[in-house]
Amino acid sequence: MATTTSAPGPKVNHIGLPVIDYRGGKSTLCAGCGHNAISERIIDAMYEMGVEPERVMKMSGIGCSSKSPAYFMSRAHSFNSVHGRMPAVSTGAILANHNNMLLGVSGDGDSASIGMGQFVHLLRRNLPMIYIIEDNGVYGLTKGQFSATADLGSKLKTGVINDLPAIDTCALAIQLGATFVGRSFSGDKKQLLSMLKAAIAHKGTVMLDVISPCVTFNDHEGSTKSYKFMQENDEPINDVGFVASFEEIDVDYDSGEVFEVEMHDGSSLRLRKLQEDYDPTDRANAVRTLMEAENNNEVLTGVFYINTEKPTFIDLLNVVDEPLGTLPESVTRPPKSALDALMNNLR
Amino acid sequence: MATGDLALGQEQGELSTRDRVINDFSINVATVNGSGSQSANSVLLKSIFGMGVPVSGKNLFPSNIAGLPTWYIIRASKAGYVARKRDAEVLVALNPETAKDDILALPKGGVAIYEENLNLKQYRDDVACYPVPFDKITAAVCPEAKLRKLVKNMVYVGVVAQLLSIDLGVVEAGLQKQFKKKQKVFDLNFGAVKAGFDYAQEKLVKHDPYFIEQMNETAGKIIIDGNAACGMGAVFAGVTVVAWYPITPSTSLVEATTDLLKKFRVTPEGKATFAVVQAEDELAAIGMVLGAGWAGARSMTATSGPGISLMAEFSGLGYYAEIPGVIFDVQRTGPSTGLPTRTSQADLLSTAFLSHGDTKHVVLLPGSVKECFEFGYSAFDLAERLQTPVFVLTDLDLGMNNWMSDEFDYPEKPLDRGKVLTAADLEKLGGFARYRDVDGDAIGWRTLPGTRHPKASYFTRGSGHNDAAGYSEKPEDYTSVMDRLARKFENARKLVPAPVTVKNGTSKVGFLAYGTTDFALRESLDQIAKEHGVSADYTRVRAYPFAQEIHDFVASHERVYVVEQDRDAQLESLLKLDLPADQVTKLRSILHYNGLPIDARTITEEFATKEGL
Repeated sequence: MATTTSAPGPKVNHIGLPVIDYRGGKSTLCAGCGHNAISERIIDAMYEMGVEPERVMKMSGIGCSSKSPAYFMSRAHSFNSVHGRMPAVSTGAILANHNNMLLGVSGDGDSASIGMGQFVHLLRRNLPMIYIIEDNGVYGLTKGQFSATADLGSKLKTGVINDLPAIDTCALAIQLGATFVGRSFSGDKKQLLSMLKAAIAHKGTVMLDVISPCVTFNDHEGSTKSYKFMQENDEPINDVGFVASFEEIDVDYDSGEVFEVEMHDGSSLRLRKLQEDYDPTDRANAVRTLMEAENNNEVLTGVFYINTEKPTFIDLLNVVDEPLGTLPESVTRPPKSALDALMNNLR
Repeated sequence: MATGDLALGQEQGELSTRDRVINDFSINVATVNGSGSQSANSVLLKSIFGMGVPVSGKNLFPSNIAGLPTWYIIRASKAGYVARKRDAEVLVALNPETAKDDILALPKGGVAIYEENLNLKQYRDDVACYPVPFDKITAAVCPEAKLRKLVKNMVYVGVVAQLLSIDLGVVEAGLQKQFKKKQKVFDLNFGAVKAGFDYAQEKLVKHDPYFIEQMNETAGKIIIDGNAACGMGAVFAGVTVVAWYPITPSTSLVEATTDLLKKFRVTPEGKATFAVVQAEDELAAIGMVLGAGWAGARSMTATSGPGISLMAEFSGLGYYAEIPGVIFDVQRTGPSTGLPTRTSQADLLSTAFLSHGDTKHVVLLPGSVKECFEFGYSAFDLAERLQTPVFVLTDLDLGMNNWMSDEFDYPEKPLDRGKVLTAADLEKLGGFARYRDVDGDAIGWRTLPGTRHPKASYFTRGSGHNDAAGYSEKPEDYTSVMDRLARKFENARKLVPAPVTVKNGTSKVGFLAYGTTDFALRESLDQIAKEHGVSADYTRVRAYPFAQEIHDFVASHERVYVVEQDRDAQLESLLKLDLPADQVTKLRSILHYNGLPIDARTITEEFATKEGL
C-alpha cells in the first residue's frame, strides 16, 4: 500500500467535498436576521447529504428571503426571478432538466400574497422541489408592512394591530397536495437541519414554513414572529430525527414512540411522538391539528404531513429519463418523412 | 316539377345568354353557432379546392358556444385572391334569426338558398331564390333525430354543389378524407350530400350565373390554418417544453402542437420527449417558458392580447436576464376583452415594447401559413442565438382560417442552439463571465444548470448586474449591460427574416404592410393599377427590428402608404421611431379596424382619396 506524506486535507463529505464548496457569498441581510441562520442550515444539510452542488437549481422570487440564495452554494446555478413567480420558473426549469434538484427560497409576502396563485398550483402538482418560506410576517424591503401570514392581533412597531387572520401555508399545502409539509424555526438548529435533510431525500413537493424573525421590523413585544415569542410558544409536534441512506443504523428505539418513514432514497425519517398518537400520514387530521393549534394560539412545529407514495408532476408527465432540454436534434426534430406524410394529408 | 323562384323574371332559356360568373364569387353560409356546420363548410371549401379552383374560407363566429349567429364565407377566385371580399354573391341561409338581414345584404343578382319555410323571397325580387325543404330532406336520410341538426348541414353542401356544378365525385372524395376510417359516419354524411344534390337536380331550376368550373390551380397545394402551421413549425424546431393557458384564438395552436408531439415524439417505450403543461394563467405560462429556456429547453407558449398583457413583467425579465423562449401571439380585437373572436393587428406596439423600463423585443410577422411554419421553427433558433424572448405575431384571420398554400419545405439548416458552454469548454477556459461580450456580437456565453463543473454556475437575476452576473448598482455596470443589449438588438436586424419585395419598379408610391394585410393589399394593387393606372411598389415587412431594406424602400419613394389593421397606425408609429427624421414625413396611413379582415376595396378607396385620384 502506498504511503502518503501530505498533511490531512479538510474534512469532506461522502462525495469528497469540503463544506466550503457549499458556501455562498457574504450576506447583505441584517445581522441577526433569521434568514441567515436558514442559509447556514441549508449549507449543512446539503453538505451532510453529499448533494452535488452543480445538480442544484436555487430559485427565488423577490424580497429579503429571495436574496438569500446568493448566500449559500455558489457552485449551484441560481435564478432570482420576479415577485411571487418562483413556482412557474421552477416548474419550467425542472421540466427542462428533471435530473437536477430544485431548492426554492421564498418569503411570506412572495408566497402568501402576490404569489398565492402560483404557489397553490405548484402544491397541487406535487412538483419535485424543496420550497422554503422564510416567514417573518412582514415586508422587510419596503420597511415593515404586515404580510398575509401575520397573526391576528399581532402588533407592528408603529403600534398598528393586524385585524385579518393569518394564512396558514402549512394547512394550505397539506390540503392542496404537497407531500412533505412542516414548520420550523430559524433558531432551532437541530430540528431545521433534520427537516432539511429529510427534505433532500424526499421526492415531491416539500413545503417548509420556517419562522424567521425580522430583527429590524418584527422582533418587538406584541409580535408573534419574534425570537422571544417563538422561544416561549414553539410547540414541537414531534422530535425530528433523520438517518441518511449512507449512514450506519444507529441505536434502537421504541417503535411505540417513534413514527418511522422510509424515504424514497432509502433514508429514514424518525418522528418521535411528542403529542399523543400524531400520525403524519393522516391528511385530514394534520389539517385539523393545525386549525386547533391556531385556535389555541400555539405555534406548532415539526413534520405535519408526509406521503412518499404520491406520484410527482414529473412522474405524471411520463417523460424520458434524460433531461428534455439537452435531447439531441435527432430525437427532437422529426424526420423529413414525417413532414412529407403531414403534407400528403393536407393535399 | 321545378319549384325554383324565377326571381329575376327571366325564362330558363335566357340563362345561357347572360354572362356566366365562373370561379369568381363568394358563398356565405349563415348558421347558428354550435350547429355543427364547420365540417360541412370545410367539405364545401375542399370540394372547390378539389375542382382546382383557388379558394379561401373565413369563419366569422361569435364569442359563444351555441346559439349565436355564425357566418362562414368561402371565396372562389380564379385570380388567386384570398382576402375577404365585402360582398358574398351566394347565400345559404340556415339561421332564421339573421335570414332577413342576410338576404337583404346580397348584391343585386345574387343567389339565396334557404329553408323553404323562411319564405325569404318576400324581401328581394332581384336575387335568385332557391327554397329547399332541408328538414324534410334530412329526416328522410337520417332516421336518428338527434343527429339531424348535424346532418342537415351536409344537405346544403349537396344543394350548393349541384347548383354551382361542383362534381359530386370531388365532394365524395373530400368527405372520404374528412371521415377516413369512419365508414358509418361517411355513409350518413354522403347520403345527406347526395339527397341535397338529387333534390336540387330534380326540383330546382338553375337561374343564376354562378358556376364552379374545373381549373388546375391547386395541384400540389395544401390547405391548413395558421395555428396548425405554427404548431407544426414548433414541432419541427424540436420544442420540448410547452406551457400555456387557453385563450381564443390561440388555443388551437397549442392543441395542434400537442397532437403532433404525441404523434412524433413518443419513444418506442412510450416515454415522452416533451412536456406540455396547461398553466394556471398566462403569468405562469411565460414563467415556465423562461424557467425551461434558462435550463436549456426549447420552450414556447401561445396566447392572445389579454395574455400578452399578463406576460409583460416576465417578458422584461427575459429581455434583461437574456433567456430564450418563443411566444406566439394570435392577435384578436382589443382593447381589454374586446371582440375575442374577431381579428386585429393591434398588439404590435405593446408586444414590441412589452414590459417596463427600456425593453424591446424581436417580433416575427408571418404573412402566410407557410411563413407560420417557417417562422414557427426559426423563432426558436433566433431565441437561442440571441438569448431573448422572441414573439411571433399572427392574427385570428391567419390562425383560425383555412388557407391554401404551397407545401412546406423541410428545414434546411440544423437547429441553432446558440452559445452554450459545456463542462469541457469550461475546463479549457478556466471559467467564464455570463454577460461578457467576448465575440463582439453583443451576446455572452451561457451555461446550463446541471453542467458538472465547479465554474459552471452563475446567478440569474432581473436586478442590476455586471457582466459577470454579479449584483451591481454601479452606474457604469448598468449602462454597459443596457448598451450591449441595444447592440444585440441592432444586430438582430440582420438575423430576422428579411422583408419581401413584392414589387419594386420605378413608382414614386410605395406600400408597406405585414401579416394578413398582404392578401388584401395584393388584390388592391391590381385594382389600383387597373382602375387608376397607378403601378405602386410594395414591400412586405416580416420582422421587428426592421431590416435595412425597409429604410432603403422608404428612401427610394416619395410617398409610402402603411396599411394595417389597427386604429392607431402601430406599424407606422414603429417605423417613425426607426426611420431618419427626414424620411418620416413620407409615411401615410391606411387603417382598417372593425374586427373583420381587411378587404382590397377599402385600401383602393382610401388610397384614391388620399392621392386625390
